[in-house]
Amino acid sequence: MSQPHRLAVGGRIDRSRSLPFRFDNRAFAGHPGDTLASALLANGVRLVGRSFKYHRPRGIFTAGPEEPSALVELRTGARQEPNTRVTTAELFDGLEAMSQHRWPSLAFDVSAVTSLVSRFLGAGFYYKTFMWPPSFWEKVYEPLIRRAAGLGRVAAAPDPDAYEAMHAHCDVLVVGTGAAGLAAARAAGSAGARVILAEQDFELGGGLLSEPAHESWRQSMIAALTAMPEVRLLPRTTVFGFYEHDVLGAVERVADHLPTPSDHGVRQRVWTIRARQTVLATGATERPIAFPDNDRPGVMLTSAAMTYARRFGVRAGERAVVFANNDTAYDAAFALHDAGVIVAAIIDVRKATPRADGAYARNIAVRLGSEVIGVRGGRQVSAVAIRARNGGAERVIDADLLCVSGGWNPAVHLQSHTRAKLAWDKKIAAFVPGSPAQAERSAGAALGIFGIARSAASGTRAGIEAAAAVGFRQASAFDLPAPGGDDDPRVEAFWQVKAQGKAFVDLQNDVTADDIRLAHREGYVHVEHAKRYTTHGMATDQGKTSGMLGVAVLADARGESIEKVGVPTYRPYVTPVTWGAFAGRDVGHHLQPIRRTPLHHWHVRNHGIFLETGLWMRPLYYSATRETGWEPILREARAVRQAVGICDVSTLGKIDVQGRDVGIFLDRLYTNTFSTLAVGKARYGLMLREDGIVFDDGTTSRIAEHRHLMTTTTAKAAEVLAHMEFYHQTVWPELDVRFCAVTDQWAQMSVAGPKTRLALQGCVEGLDLSNEAFPFMGVGDGTVAGCPVRIYRVSFSGEMAYEVATPAGYGERVWEAILEAGKPHGILPYGLEALGLLRIEKGHVAGPELNGQTTARDLGFDKMIKKKGDFIGRVSADRPRLLDPDRPRLVGIRAVDPSFERRLRGGAHMVEKAASTNSLGWVTSITRSVELERWLGLAMIRRGPERIGQRLFAAYPLKNEVVEVEVTSPHHVDPENLRVRA
Amino acid sequence: MHRIDCPWCGVRDEAEFGYRGDATVRRPAADGDADAFYAFVYDRTNPKGWHVEWWQHVAGCRQWLKVVRHTVTHEIRTVAKAGDDVRAPSP
Repeated sequence: MSQPHRLAVGGRIDRSRSLPFRFDNRAFAGHPGDTLASALLANGVRLVGRSFKYHRPRGIFTAGPEEPSALVELRTGARQEPNTRVTTAELFDGLEAMSQHRWPSLAFDVSAVTSLVSRFLGAGFYYKTFMWPPSFWEKVYEPLIRRAAGLGRVAAAPDPDAYEAMHAHCDVLVVGTGAAGLAAARAAGSAGARVILAEQDFELGGGLLSEPAHESWRQSMIAALTAMPEVRLLPRTTVFGFYEHDVLGAVERVADHLPTPSDHGVRQRVWTIRARQTVLATGATERPIAFPDNDRPGVMLTSAAMTYARRFGVRAGERAVVFANNDTAYDAAFALHDAGVIVAAIIDVRKATPRADGAYARNIAVRLGSEVIGVRGGRQVSAVAIRARNGGAERVIDADLLCVSGGWNPAVHLQSHTRAKLAWDKKIAAFVPGSPAQAERSAGAALGIFGIARSAASGTRAGIEAAAAVGFRQASAFDLPAPGGDDDPRVEAFWQVKAQGKAFVDLQNDVTADDIRLAHREGYVHVEHAKRYTTHGMATDQGKTSGMLGVAVLADARGESIEKVGVPTYRPYVTPVTWGAFAGRDVGHHLQPIRRTPLHHWHVRNHGIFLETGLWMRPLYYSATRETGWEPILREARAVRQAVGICDVSTLGKIDVQGRDVGIFLDRLYTNTFSTLAVGKARYGLMLREDGIVFDDGTTSRIAEHRHLMTTTTAKAAEVLAHMEFYHQTVWPELDVRFCAVTDQWAQMSVAGPKTRLALQGCVEGLDLSNEAFPFMGVGDGTVAGCPVRIYRVSFSGEMAYEVATPAGYGERVWEAILEAGKPHGILPYGLEALGLLRIEKGHVAGPELNGQTTARDLGFDKMIKKKGDFIGRVSADRPRLLDPDRPRLVGIRAVDPSFERRLRGGAHMVEKAASTNSLGWVTSITRSVELERWLGLAMIRRGPERIGQRLFAAYPLKNEVVEVEVTSPHHVDPENLRVRA
Repeated sequence: MHRIDCPWCGVRDEAEFGYRGDATVRRPAADGDADAFYAFVYDRTNPKGWHVEWWQHVAGCRQWLKVVRHTVTHEIRTVAKAGDDVRAPSP
């Protein structure tokens, strides 16, 4: 397991330990401190993937999170993660990775050989090529594109790992731990500020990690920061977004560097950081230059080649050519030279530089005023073609490594998230942070400042200012590092070599300079339009390395400055974040809380079959054998129609309303009058929204002179409370009224059926339940099994019914006492399905009828609208279109055929003739009837009440069903309402 | 994520609040006509800039608050009680 490209000495890797790993099923080894990228390069692996559209061979282009090309599927099985950058994947023992986008193999790729796809995939290809004929999209084009251009594969199995959310507050958040970041954190920390210092890498130091001369300063800074109790260091943590009000998001990769997370440990955690001040010391990203075949494996950013040599002890090639427009490339070239790489030549587009002498001293040839016009070699660079910029013959230089440096872009992404404008810095030919829009400042290379000592000074200043801005003014001084690197990189703006061939401006989305020019010719001249038309900068790397090239090419095509053209808006996330991290612990049953009624455990013990309704768990029906179909539902409903049943209705919203003005308040909330309701009585009430549409319904009871208990539907309980709070607090604050939700405080059960009184008389004490003493809509207090109960004589089923409420803790005891007393009368518990069946038979409205489109009049509630006094929705309900007699109105429908063979369906259209497509309305609710032994339901039909007695058809074209029905009153059962008063 | 300084509870995350919208529209008096109620229900200026809005501290004190927020920058200038007279600053 030799590592032929590993240096004998130097770097931050631990040569005493070996970490075996596999890439494309071949065994290799690296060392602790390696990334997958450095380990692959140490083993001489140059070709690591195929590109997205053209399937061109691709290698490792960078040494950091900006990597556009070298994406792999990391790990296997349920932990397999596609599109992972090899440059940030920390090497661990047993790591397994597979290359992407190649078929059948990495070295021999069918698509690339045939160039079949290439011809179709120019700029705007989605919009042009695959538009016609439409049927071809699904059957031909999409499968072709997906196979040819597919991204990596996602694991199909559930993620076995845990993630979590963290929340933090700090005085100063510092992002980045280069010279500027370390200095900023130390300055702010020394002043006493609470500091969080986040670093995306697994080692703190940023660019210092490739600067052995500054290692002692780096170590002393980290030691000082570690000793400060109010400073928290977060390595392996990427700050991915800067949101409004100084809230930042970060993801900490807690265990990505381990084969599996520790027992009970998390893999990643997402931090939500509320920072009073933020210092952005995110550094700068080197950018390439566009020239033909600038994507070949072996073409690499100059700083990356230096990082591999100095930090990882790896020669990225044996014989290098450096192509640059600035001075920083010279230090890198010298570092390569020192590492034993033969630097064949430095190709410098500039006419002169004082750094050339240093090259000559090392016997490195410098070709000033020259440019690279092409690359030889297919799967790897074998030679570089150059020429003088002012013309002249092509020369070819043998090399297996081509280092490119087109200058540096300050990493302004986080600042841009805050909507701060960028400013153009002509001196470095790059955008730098403009005036802040939030409490932040940039420092070091992120601000366009170069050189280690100047960066550290800039960071110190930023740290002192940030701390002072939040009241910490006593920063202590500390040593700054010795000067190093180029303070002035002397960049000459140079973006593209104009020569024949594919010159890429976006390596990940395979966008070429020609694509940008094509977009411009076709009218996509705005930077945001050109971006979308070509997909330039829209890949997972967001064009961090090459985004500026595309802008420069567009600016050139437009004949305008880059400053004028601008860059597309940067948005979160700075680098991709896995969904699991955001889900955190909120997965499976933890996605949302579960609400259980006080009787829940009784339902569980007694074979309740549950349904989630909103947050509530409610029994649909009860079945020891877990039957499916209608039988258990019909059994329970028959018990109610013929004997007695009991149903848990604790989920109904309950609001206790008190105060001298309760009557006035309720009169304004409801369409009908409550101020006249006698103490000890209940009344059904209807609420409208202010636009005149029905909002909610329920019974409200007067418990005492100045106290009412309101009930709402289960679904609208929270909305009704907020609605009441809004009107009380903002419209009628003068009303003396107080209210709060008491839903959870009560267990409530509806006991219904002709034998209900007999059953309850066997267990209720202290309350005369006779019809004379306790008529329909009465409210009274008593006890059951020694527990206090409040009984409401209200009915949702159409049968004689009493709702029994008791404090939640007594629920089961009362429920069981009623069951015991009802046993001789054939009592059965019934669930949500039978409840629905019974209410549809009776013609009571519920969710399908109160659908946010229906008015009181549509539902036949005309008489519940009071003539005098204000109430919510009063004026709007009389708008002409809401009074249109042609509106759909509520009626009942019954299948003409009494067999159950042809079923009704909710959502069916009501039509006059079986084949008609002229819809008169729709079916809202359907059920099999136990009373009438056929399918029946409720429907909204135009001029419905006028059609009672007519035959219509319920048509359900999706299933080719047409059922003949008779239009009836909504009240299929006991329309005279005698049973509830019995 | 917005952070809203509730006058009753202090600075809290947006996640604790519910949003309703324009707080400058007033419900007409009981004798208001159809046009007045139409305006109350539907007419909104939808400003680009400062906006006085109703937010409810749902997961806190449940009070409805008047929040002066900039619809472009999300800056919050004022958080007031429901009964306070609050106006949007000129742009």
